[in-house]
Amino acid sequence: MVENVKELLKAHEGITHEVYLDNENSSMVPQEVLDAMTPYYNQRAYGNPTLTHKPGWEAFETIMESAQKISRFMGAKILEEITFTPGETEANNLALMGAAFAMKSKGKKIVISEIEPINVLHVVELLQKFGFATTKIPVDTQGFIDLAKLEEAIDKETILVSVSAANNEIGTVQPVKEVVDIVKAKNSSTLFHTDASDAYGRMPLNVQDLKVDMATVSSYKILGPRGIGALYVREGISLDRILEGQIGTQKLWPGIENTPLIVGFTKASELAFQNFEANVNRMRTLRDKLVDGIFNELSDVKLNGPKGDKRVPDNANISFLRCEGEALTIELSLKGIYVSSGSACSRRLLQPSHVLVAIGRRFSEAHGSILMKTTRYHTEEDITYVLEVLPNAVKRIRGIVGSTGVD
Amino acid sequence: MSRVPLPYNPKVLDLFRNPKNLGKMEDATVEAVAGNPACGDMITFYLKINEQEIIEKASFESYGCAANIATSSIVTEMIKGLSLKSAWEDITWKKVTEEVGGLPSIKFHCGVLAVGALKRAIRKYYSDRNLEPSWLPKELTFEEKQAVEEEELAKMLAKRLKVEGDK
Repeated sequence: MVENVKELLKAHEGITHEVYLDNENSSMVPQEVLDAMTPYYNQRAYGNPTLTHKPGWEAFETIMESAQKISRFMGAKILEEITFTPGETEANNLALMGAAFAMKSKGKKIVISEIEPINVLHVVELLQKFGFATTKIPVDTQGFIDLAKLEEAIDKETILVSVSAANNEIGTVQPVKEVVDIVKAKNSSTLFHTDASDAYGRMPLNVQDLKVDMATVSSYKILGPRGIGALYVREGISLDRILEGQIGTQKLWPGIENTPLIVGFTKASELAFQNFEANVNRMRTLRDKLVDGIFNELSDVKLNGPKGDKRVPDNANISFLRCEGEALTIELSLKGIYVSSGSACSRRLLQPSHVLVAIGRRFSEAHGSILMKTTRYHTEEDITYVLEVLPNAVKRIRGIVGSTGVD
Repeated sequence: MSRVPLPYNPKVLDLFRNPKNLGKMEDATVEAVAGNPACGDMITFYLKINEQEIIEKASFESYGCAANIATSSIVTEMIKGLSLKSAWEDITWKKVTEEVGGLPSIKFHCGVLAVGALKRAIRKYYSDRNLEPSWLPKELTFEEKQAVEEEELAKMLAKRLKVEGDK
């Protein structure tokens, strides 16, 4: 199969302009971040932070200072509230499973929204096997959680609620503070977790102001290296560990801390929060140019998710009617534009993106959806290039579809 | 939504980029559809059939992924010049998959759907004319059953999710 991929890659030869917009699924790491990380592999702090020698103490110092910085960016009180994990998936697993097992004597009910990330959906599914029951709260056509239904769902047995601060697919910014108030008013001992990976570095986020008990952030979502993320757990809250092993500087996550990745994540955070306003404005300006350009060029397109300040500034999710998404991603790739789709053209897995289904998109609309995320590294020229190529790509795929996709 | 790697081979990529016999055929003798946009997978075949029951030309439209487009395109080439009887007997999803140089297993259903649509078209040709050739089985073939199953699954899923399903 790898031979096939070599041929696929050969088909991309001669591309003159590349624009990577699939920052939902992975991202490029800026050179500044790599430069910050490299010394930690072989020049300093490469030791185990729990050991009594210089490289170990250097690692300890580095990890603590990094945790301090991340805690400030998140608005946490103390650095001990930050646990580094290998990523968003692991942080969400720790938050949900760790809280459920720690709270199991108080109840077995968990509440999430219908549009939580896949890893949250899978964790609560797994928890069902241990006797926990999950209620999924519906969202409206823009992805905002139904607050009345949420309030109804919380009772004495509810031990945990998890609602993302910003949706990863359609960019909806939830009223987290209001959600927390509703939950705590019904049951003050219910723990509240938010996956803030898509909010971090894109909008003001302060875990103390929001009064959340746990919050997940992820490195690659802010152009840091993959393989690292963090979970904020408010002081005084005790979670069960979900992995066992050698405990180092962090009591919630065993194994030797990955100092270079922690440094990279911290550097990426610093870059995101330096000139925060300018960075956010840049992402938004480019995103708006992209979306407006597509709407000007093509008919039968729909924006998925809200408009305006209730949408994170980098997210563009558009359904192209009479156009199949996977085919479009390949067509665009051959022209140097890299995006992902909410389509699911695979046997027995007919269900497209659960988020698009939850906001009431028809299946055919979900199959024709494309997700793009701008970064501060994109240029006006990048977006201009996308707007030159994308309308023609959509038209070619629509030409193959013909009257077959009309429903 | 699960994701799997999809290392399409050069033939599939070529057919995706340069599909053969694409588009609606105005003078088609028969046309047939399999799948549904709700599945993200739908094919229409148009066949021009002469009095000797030979397929003179075939074309297609495809709402689907690269594998769907490639398998539909290759079917239109494989059946050109064949009698309806040979097309019915010789074209199987396995042959179609071989002819495009293989597919990732998760995409086998694309070839199955393409052959399902072809078989529907052949059946329709005869039922339109109230003919029942002896070689044409009454019972649905594997590919036709799979097409029905895929269409039913999409409907069921839409119902279960309480969303407005596609027609």
